[in-house]
Amino acid sequence: MPEEEEPTTEAESEEPAAADEGSEVEPQVLPDEPTLAAIVEPFPSATWTVALDEWVVGVDPAEYHGLVAAAKDAGFETFIDLCAVDYFRRRPRFDVVLTVLNYTSPKRLRINVGVDGAEPAVATVSDVYPGANFYEREAYDLLGIEFNGHPDLTRILMPDDWQGHPLRKDYAVGTVPIQFKEAHTVE
Amino acid sequence: MSEDNNTEEIEAGEATVAVDEGPPTGSAGRLRVHDMWVAGTEERADVRHFTDEGAQELLPVEDEAALDIQRGVVVDDDYELDDAVDEEDRQIINMGPQHPSTHGVLRLQLEMEGETIRRVKPIIGYLHTGMEKTAETLTWMQGPTNVTRMDYLSPFHNELAYCLAVEKLLDVEIPERSQAIRILMTELNRISSHLLFVATQGMDIGAISMMIYGWRERELVLDFFEKVTGLRMNHNYIRPGGVAADLPDGWEEDVESLLETVPAGVAEYHEILDENPIFLDRTRGVGVITPAECRAYGVTGPSARASGIDWDLRKVFPYSGIDKYDFDVPLGKHGDVLDRYHVRMAEIDESLRIVRQILETMPAGDYRTEDRKVTPPPRRRIDESMEALIHHFKIFTSGFSVPAGTAWQSVESPRGELGVYVVSDGGTKPWRVHVRGPSFAHVQALPAAMTDSLIADLVATLASIDPVLGDVDR
Repeated sequence: MPEEEEPTTEAESEEPAAADEGSEVEPQVLPDEPTLAAIVEPFPSATWTVALDEWVVGVDPAEYHGLVAAAKDAGFETFIDLCAVDYFRRRPRFDVVLTVLNYTSPKRLRINVGVDGAEPAVATVSDVYPGANFYEREAYDLLGIEFNGHPDLTRILMPDDWQGHPLRKDYAVGTVPIQFKEAHTVE
Repeated sequence: MSEDNNTEEIEAGEATVAVDEGPPTGSAGRLRVHDMWVAGTEERADVRHFTDEGAQELLPVEDEAALDIQRGVVVDDDYELDDAVDEEDRQIINMGPQHPSTHGVLRLQLEMEGETIRRVKPIIGYLHTGMEKTAETLTWMQGPTNVTRMDYLSPFHNELAYCLAVEKLLDVEIPERSQAIRILMTELNRISSHLLFVATQGMDIGAISMMIYGWRERELVLDFFEKVTGLRMNHNYIRPGGVAADLPDGWEEDVESLLETVPAGVAEYHEILDENPIFLDRTRGVGVITPAECRAYGVTGPSARASGIDWDLRKVFPYSGIDKYDFDVPLGKHGDVLDRYHVRMAEIDESLRIVRQILETMPAGDYRTEDRKVTPPPRRRIDESMEALIHHFKIFTSGFSVPAGTAWQSVESPRGELGVYVVSDGGTKPWRVHVRGPSFAHVQALPAAMTDSLIADLVATLASIDPVLGDVDR
């Protein structure tokens, strides 16, 4: 599939998160925001950037759960979204992206955690935000990211018996015929 | 039909015999089938008969447990019974996916104790068509064609959220007229979606005539959509850089007539439902979602506002210049089905207010950006200018490039916060498009609203959440 090859090589050279890279070069000065400082400062691996007017916090998998809990304590009580992105040739290969909202002082916060390995895994945040339950199942289903401690980590959109994770960049498209499941018969 | 027998036959290449014997089992046999298919040999036509379970069968399979489920040896039911309840009082009922009141293909697994629901498990995915994967194979400009089909009752909002996210990365200025057209169409879309909500909510709890009434006014709005975009739904009208075409001549009269007929219809609904004792009995105090549950499960939009959460993205994070218009955010107090109905009815009025203001203040100007790297040049320019021809050719062949980066954009759809997360690698196609559909979060919150209520209330609760399964499954 030559047409699939091209974007992946582009990704290798350009993709590794342009926004994150820029913020690492510049000396980091926390904005005058006590909430962001309260979230980020206790965690040595946490980096932050303001990308297109939004706070984006990056963190290592080991401190991810703690940082998410700190974010919730800091007022980001509303769960909005959790998704994963496959950067394919970047290391770490996957990003899990959590989006939460603060209703009292309107602000949106995005938390990125890089996940790597043949079997990528990260701690679940469904104990902090119950709403993450379905979203983590979706990320597991479509990108194959394991969420340790998730109460019911099963496929959610694809059939239960599906093999492979369709949103991964190395998942073949258009090469296997799609057929329907045979109905289970009563014996 | 023994396992070894089948495998041998496939290896010997006698696939036609194996077809009658049944599907091959075991990973070795499966691998052979895959090889045969790739090689494109004569047996290729027979693969269908072996692999009666789907494309995954063609991959080398190691997991025997997964195969057992595929073969139907194991009944795949992860629903665990609560042993504390007496078995005679307990019943598992599957509601859907074909149930008419599930608004599409939602399946609810219910554990009943008599008439009371003790546990609910929503099962989704019946409408999953891999649209996020599809989005990665379409150019940035083709993207709206795809996302407009997700939440098919509010297509304009899908298109708007996607286009705003792309424009964030592109950093292009959108002309004022274009923004006003976008707001006009999305607010009319909110009206048409809420009219459908009133129609289905009424029908689901027994007010069958509401179904016809709701569709009657909605049809008028859809007629206007058809006049503007050419289609009643899946418009692909809002595109990166502006909208596809300017409003047609005489649009003012059409909107003017909508502003007369829709409020008249809405007044009629109020008359039918507001003091109807049956309607009140079936909705008051039913399906309550608390503000804390809203925040925890990500319930947004009218459903959250019915619980008293004062949060409207149009007010908090305004987009496309919606902050120029004067409107209120209606709130409920109790978070029950009745409040969700009232909030939506009030939102129809507020949207009509916005539409009237747009009608009065529609700015003149271009309906899309003049940036020719993003939008194609007008047809006549192509005959005059070589550069215009090149721009036109580039946009419709490879498409325009979007700077590398990530962007999140939310809009207030009729159901709640519709967010689009786009990742660009600098190419002409998105690296990743994730759509945060409000219905997905709402379906997840259904157990919180339904547990320990009567099964008769389930339908009322489900309808009041107004889920669109195209948005849930994508």
